Amino acid sequence: MYEMMTQAKGLVSHGISTCHGCGLELAVRHILSVLGPRTIIVIPPGCAALFSGFGKETAVKIAGIQGNLENTAAIAAGIRAGLEMKGIEDVTVLALAGDGATVDIGLQALSGVFERGDRILYVCYDNEAYMNTGIQASGSTPLMAWTTTTPGKKPVWRKDMLKIAAAHRIPYVASASVGYIDDLRKKIAKAKEAKGPAYIHLQTPCPTGWGFDPSRTIELARLAVQTRSWPLVEIVDGRVEITVKVDKPRPVSEYLSMQRRFAHLTQEEIDLIQQNVNKDYQELERMKT
Amino acid sequence: MDGNAAAAEAMRLARVQVISAYPITPQSPIAEKLADFVAEGSLKAKYVRVESEHTAMSVAIGAQLTGVRACTATSSVGLALMHEVLGVASGCRLPIVMAVVNRSLASPWSLWCDHQDSMAERDSGWLQFYAEDPQEVLDYLLIAYRVAEDPRVLLPAMVCMDGFFVSHTPAVVLVPEQETVDSFLPPYNPANLYLDPDDPMFVNDLTPPSDYTEMRYQHKVAFEEAFKVITEVQEEFFRLFRRRYSFIETYKCDDADVVLVTLGSMSGTAKYVVNELRAKGYKVGVLKIVVFRPFPADQIRNALKHVPVIGVMDRSAGLGAEGGPVWIEVSRALSGLEPMPKVAGFVGGLGGRDLAPHVIEKAFRNLIDIKEGKIEMRQGSKWIDVREDAMKIREVKVNV
Repeated sequence: MYEMMTQAKGLVSHGISTCHGCGLELAVRHILSVLGPRTIIVIPPGCAALFSGFGKETAVKIAGIQGNLENTAAIAAGIRAGLEMKGIEDVTVLALAGDGATVDIGLQALSGVFERGDRILYVCYDNEAYMNTGIQASGSTPLMAWTTTTPGKKPVWRKDMLKIAAAHRIPYVASASVGYIDDLRKKIAKAKEAKGPAYIHLQTPCPTGWGFDPSRTIELARLAVQTRSWPLVEIVDGRVEITVKVDKPRPVSEYLSMQRRFAHLTQEEIDLIQQNVNKDYQELERMKT
Repeated sequence: MDGNAAAAEAMRLARVQVISAYPITPQSPIAEKLADFVAEGSLKAKYVRVESEHTAMSVAIGAQLTGVRACTATSSVGLALMHEVLGVASGCRLPIVMAVVNRSLASPWSLWCDHQDSMAERDSGWLQFYAEDPQEVLDYLLIAYRVAEDPRVLLPAMVCMDGFFVSHTPAVVLVPEQETVDSFLPPYNPANLYLDPDDPMFVNDLTPPSDYTEMRYQHKVAFEEAFKVITEVQEEFFRLFRRRYSFIETYKCDDADVVLVTLGSMSGTAKYVVNELRAKGYKVGVLKIVVFRPFPADQIRNALKHVPVIGVMDRSAGLGAEGGPVWIEVSRALSGLEPMPKVAGFVGGLGGRDLAPHVIEKAFRNLIDIKEGKIEMRQGSKWIDVREDAMKIREVKVNV
C-alpha cells in the first residue's frame, strides 16, 4: 500500500519534525524496533501524531490509525476484538498516547480496557503537560511546575497513574524512561507477551516545555531516575519490583535546577519536593516485599 | 416481538462479529438480547461491554477497520455522547450500522420518545432510516447493512425507531430464514480503509486545507450514489423477502388535496386518521419519510407536486430555527413548484407526548382550514399539542 519515499533502518522514517532533543522520538524508534512489524498502532492527536503523519504521508511502516484524544484505548480495544474474531493472534495492538490523552481525557476509556482485560499494550509517553498545544498543565504535570495554564506554579499533586493502573489488577504495569533504553526495551518485550492489558508509563523529557537545552534530554531523564523523582518499577501480576535500583540518590535540586519550569522554586518548596520524593520511594520499597 | 427484539434479531441475522453496547433506556433490551445471543452461542461474536457510548462507537470503529462487521445501539444522550466519533466513523467511510431508539435529549430529563437525538446527528455523514414498526426495524437494518457496505456508498447507517412506541410495543414480525439473509448480505469485505499488518496503511491522518474539501466532497458524492444503491437494494430485498420499501411511503396521496408528512411511528396513527377523515369526505393523505439521509427531495416533490396544502409533523423542536428540521427540508424540496403548495409546519409529540389520533386530526383540520381559505397559513412550525399554561409551569418567569 505504501509508496516508500525513503528507506529507514527501522519502522520509523528519518527526519521526523519533532522538536530538537525530543524524548518521544527516541522512544518511538525503540518501542517499534522491539515490537516489530506485526503491530497495529493507535495514536491520538498530540506530539505522537507527528508519527502518524500528515495528509497522505506517514512516518511509520506499520498499520495504524489516528484516533481522537480520549478514545485511544477504546479504538485499540475494537481492533483487538476484530482481530480476535478474525482469528489473528500474533499482532500487538499498541496504544501510544501522551499524558493528557491518558491521565485526563482518556482515563475512562483506558479504565474500561483494564477492567475488561482487553489485550492491549498501552504506552503513555509522559512529557508532563499538553505539549503539542503549547505547554498547558495536565493531570500529570508535577507539583509546582510552571505551564501556560499554571502561570504561577501548579498548586496540586499529579495523578499517580501507575497506582491507578495497578489498582485494576492488570497483568503488567511498569514505569520507564528514555534515559534507560535497555530497561525500556526489556519492559516493552515483556508487556508484549502479557495475557491481558499492559501499561507502561514512560517519561519523555521535553526541552521545549520544560525549558532545558535539547542536548541534555538523556542526562535529564537519567537524573530524574537518579534523584528518585522517576523510579523505574515493574508490577507483574501485582508484585512490585524496582528495576533500576538507586542506592545513593542525588538531591532532587539537581534535577529541578536544570529546568526553567522550576526556576521560581524557593528553598522551602524544593525541600518539600525532596521530602515527598523520599516518602514515595520508601513506600515503593515497602510495596516490593 | 417488539422493535428492540427485532433490532437484535436483525443484528444476529446480519452475523455481526463485534458488538459494543452500553445500556440506556429505552435501548437496553437490545444490549441485553445481543449479550444473550453471544452467551448462548446463537451468534458468534465478540461482545465488548464498554463503559460509555463514546467507547461503544470507538470500539466499533476499531473493529470495523480490521474487516469485521461491527454494530452498536443507543438512544438520546448516548447518541449525543457519540457525536464526536460519529464523524470519525463516517469520515473514515466505515459501514457501521447502529440502531437508534429515539428518545428526547436533556434538559429537562425525559425517558420518552421524540426525534431530537437523531435529528441532531442529521449532518453527521450517516445514512438515516426511520422505522414505523418492528417489522420495518428488522428489514431496514438488513437493508442498511447492504447499502452501507456497497463500495459505491461506504457510509455508516442509523436505523431509528421511536422509543417505547416501537421499541417496546410487540407486533407480528416475519423473521426471514438465515440462508436467505446470507444470500442477501454476504460476509463483509473491507474495500476502502483497513488495518492489516500484511498490507499496512495509516488511517485518518491530519489533512491539510489543500485536501480536506475534496475528502468531504467524496463523502457528499457517496450520499448521491446512495440513492441509486438504496433503490437497487430495496428491489432485491423485495425479490427475496416480498416486502417492498422505498425512500418514502405514500398513503392515499394520489387524489389528495391535503397531505401530512410524517416520520416513524406517528405514520400509523396518521393513516388511521386519514381513513376517518376520508369517510367524512375529506381528500387527505400521508407521506411517510423512510430515508431521511440521503434526503429524498425528488421523490417527495414528485409525490406531492399536485397537492395544494401540505403539513409536516416534526417530533423535534428545531430551537432557534423558523421551524422543525423536517419541515425546513420538505419546504425546501417543494419550493419552486408551480403552483407553489402551501407547506405548514407542526411541532408535536415531544418528550414522549403521544401523537394520538385527535392531535393528528387537529393538524389535518388546520391544513383543511388553510385549504378552504378559512385561516391564513402561519410562517414557521405551529406547536400542535402544547398546553395553554405552557408559560406558567415550573420555574419559567416572564414579564407580562
